[in-house]
Amino acid sequence: MSATFVGMPAFPSAARAALADTQLRHNLAHATGTIRDKRARVVAEVEEWEDLRLAGAAVKQSALVDLDRHLVRLEETLTANGATVHWARDAAEANAIVARIARDHDADEVVKVKSMATQEIGLNEALAEEGILAWETDLAELIVQLGDDLPSHILVPAIHRNRAEIREIFLREMAGVGRPAPADLTDEPAVLAGAAREHLREKFLRAKVAVSGANFAVAETGTLVVVESEGNGRMCLTLPEVLVSVVGIEKVVPTWEGLDPLLRLLPRSSTGERMNPYTSTWSGVTPGDGPQEVHVVLLDNGRTRALADDVGRQALRCIRCSACLNVCPVYERVGGHAYGSVYPGPIGAILNPLMKGTGDPQTDSLPYASSLCGACFEVCPVRIDIPEVLVHLRAEVVDGHRGDRVPKAEAAAMAGAAWTLSDARRLAWVEKASGLAGRALTRFGRTRLPGGRAAAGRIPGPGAAAWTGARDLPAPPRESFRAWWRRTDGGRTDHTDTETGEGS
Amino acid sequence: MSAREEILGRVRSALEGVDRTGTVPPAPRVTPVADLVGRFAERVEDYRAVVERCSEADLASRVAAALPAGARVVVPPGLGVEVPGARVDDGLSAAELDALDAVVTEAVVGIAETGTIVLDHGPGQGRRIISLVPDRHVCIVRAAQVVADVPDAIAVLDPARPLTWISGPSATSDIELNRVEGVHGPRVLHVLVVD
Amino acid sequence: MRVALMVTCFNDAMFPETGKAVVTLLRRLGVEVDFPAAQTCCAQPMVNTGYLDEAVPVVRTFVEAFAGYDAIVTPSGSCAGSARHQHGIVARRAGDPALTEAVAATSPKVYELSEFLVDVLGVTDVGAYFPHTVTYHPTCHSLRMIGVGDRPRRLLEAVRGLTLVELPGAAECCGFGGTFAVKNADTSVAMGADKARHVRETGAEVLVAGDNSCLMHVGGMLSRQQAGIRTVHLAEILAATEASVPEVVA
Repeated sequence: MSATFVGMPAFPSAARAALADTQLRHNLAHATGTIRDKRARVVAEVEEWEDLRLAGAAVKQSALVDLDRHLVRLEETLTANGATVHWARDAAEANAIVARIARDHDADEVVKVKSMATQEIGLNEALAEEGILAWETDLAELIVQLGDDLPSHILVPAIHRNRAEIREIFLREMAGVGRPAPADLTDEPAVLAGAAREHLREKFLRAKVAVSGANFAVAETGTLVVVESEGNGRMCLTLPEVLVSVVGIEKVVPTWEGLDPLLRLLPRSSTGERMNPYTSTWSGVTPGDGPQEVHVVLLDNGRTRALADDVGRQALRCIRCSACLNVCPVYERVGGHAYGSVYPGPIGAILNPLMKGTGDPQTDSLPYASSLCGACFEVCPVRIDIPEVLVHLRAEVVDGHRGDRVPKAEAAAMAGAAWTLSDARRLAWVEKASGLAGRALTRFGRTRLPGGRAAAGRIPGPGAAAWTGARDLPAPPRESFRAWWRRTDGGRTDHTDTETGEGS
Repeated sequence: MSAREEILGRVRSALEGVDRTGTVPPAPRVTPVADLVGRFAERVEDYRAVVERCSEADLASRVAAALPAGARVVVPPGLGVEVPGARVDDGLSAAELDALDAVVTEAVVGIAETGTIVLDHGPGQGRRIISLVPDRHVCIVRAAQVVADVPDAIAVLDPARPLTWISGPSATSDIELNRVEGVHGPRVLHVLVVD
Repeated sequence: MRVALMVTCFNDAMFPETGKAVVTLLRRLGVEVDFPAAQTCCAQPMVNTGYLDEAVPVVRTFVEAFAGYDAIVTPSGSCAGSARHQHGIVARRAGDPALTEAVAATSPKVYELSEFLVDVLGVTDVGAYFPHTVTYHPTCHSLRMIGVGDRPRRLLEAVRGLTLVELPGAAECCGFGGTFAVKNADTSVAMGADKARHVRETGAEVLVAGDNSCLMHVGGMLSRQQAGIRTVHLAEILAATEASVPEVVA
């Protein structure tokens, strides 16, 4: 896979391109609408859903505020269970560990369970440089990999593709990397899934090394958990001799009991099911069953940076369900690629800046990629207040520019607004000036809003053009509310009918 | 400094001054339904699995009926029911299993609320691979093994054992979010609930 | 009970008739409302764009202007949300315990108009008359930040002569989002276009909401489309009676 998120433009320009892609718009609207409805139905079934959310959030939060202790415990229990634990400060270190393990077993290929962490660190590309082929085995990841594409959704990475596009990709690409797609392949989802089954089965049967992530890592028992649907996870976790799991340090759950609310919250929130088809848990090596060599790579790669942020820390509670993407009106229209990261949507808009730090123009554009509508917080199973974190990160972005020698136009405008708005007399003066402008517009402007109010049509200039390119702008009224209040003693001496709002 | 020391050090400094005490409220429990086994059967069926209820006396014949004529079948050691002609797993390779048609196993827990079957791969359930590679999984769940919900299952399961939670046949919604049953795992899940 | 009108800078400068409607309505319900002249803005434009330092003097002005009132009523879910949930953040940024204390005193007293009518005054039938077909858009901040629930709908259902039609996808954001409308204008317009389409599908003549900011965005698009649908703030509908059905300001 050579496609990469490196060098992506800032969100507004990436979004503009995506908005013009009619196929993408159609695919996304259909897909997110479908999954939203499914989620709503199964969540409505759970009477105590809000209490379940509180419990799930508390489990994850309790892990985070005591993370060092739980990590040490996890290492102890995993080791006692026969697993080898590695620690990786960053992507390069994690990739090197996985590559070394594969080389130790003379493996020139690995099979992979869908894993956000390995995408985040660019593992496939790093292995390719070492001459090791990494086969994605999740259907959507396979579609993305064969299409030399990038994932655009946490749960369904090929959400931006429709069945016709997928059929073409399979026909064109499968033969080059293994069993070809049947010549009479149709675009029926069941037929496409069947082709993927045949294509991947030979890879499962011969693989010596598998790579996975983990949804949860239980500190108390040294247990990893993978939640999946297709069975490709079970194949990777069961058939090969060697298993390497790359696990973000925030995946820790302190106790076995703590899995309960999370295993109830995740499937309903993500796929809209009561339970996902397959959940596998394993505690190191089981003699005579499954991989006899088990490695766990504990990954930081910016997580401790996020952990240090008092407001942003909660983002590490994320269980990658993608409910926030599916309800986000911005994501629904622009898709995942516009966010320039494997973590798109509302959660991506906060995770990326939290883990990478602010200061890069692309990353800095992400906290602004939201209308702050709050739909994400409403559905988040672990109650991450995404709008709160977005606003907090916007302040971090702005603060990063406070030392600029030449302030941005926006900063100057905000300083001016703050000056005006911290004194009612200044505000009254500005309103008076705008009232004069409004009077001119009323007299000379030709645009009228429905109902008759004077308005401005297209106005050139930054800001004004951004608004009036697609929206008429009401002309300022001749008299502000405060001027009216003063002139009429709060309407008591008004000679016009206050109820009609007719000024004189 | 080792990566381990450095990461733990970063965690500690990130948490400096953070209140480490915090209570985890108990997760809510569902109001249990009167007929747990009925609920279980209904919820498993919702995943488009085949569900049948039978008595212990009828089990062997029901298992036989669930297997297509001439099917090559594997069973784990210690299976509590006779499957004539079946091969007992003695460490079959993945390729050998791939040539077989069906597997019959027992389970350890059934979860009514979610229609989930859990295997802990002990006697009668076998290695994880045998209930994965063949295309048809006939699974025997006893009424006494059915619990109300996920927390009840977590409470009785042993985390030291490998566990496989199965909720219907393998499925994907990766293509236009249309659910398709049967990807890499067994395409047919046939559940026999023994009362 | 001392009641203050927090008109909001946006209504003050752009939609004064909404403020007048609140005064008319509350007077009709027997509430004499003050307009503290020192008020300016809730500081949300600065906070939501990331300018916390700039928000500090504005919040200071706010708490000084509204000190001592029992209730602060505002015809904006968004500004009510800002006062209730963000002023504490701004005060923390200022590192000023006195400001934090002042915020703690004012924030809980801020009510969005429909909350004040239903919860404090205990009325849903405010004696209004508005003989038009109306569809209601629940703005995001009123819905999810402060939780007005079905209060606006109950108020509208009691209005004589008014026909309320269901807005498809009502709870979806219209795309205004404050500075989002300009910083991400393309996405904002894409969202607004869908909202405008849903509004048009209803066949309503009037789109009503509790926030003029969202109405200016959707209304601006409807206007550009020559859709023949006007936008009216909830307060103006509730203030209307047989004696005076609001016309639009020329």
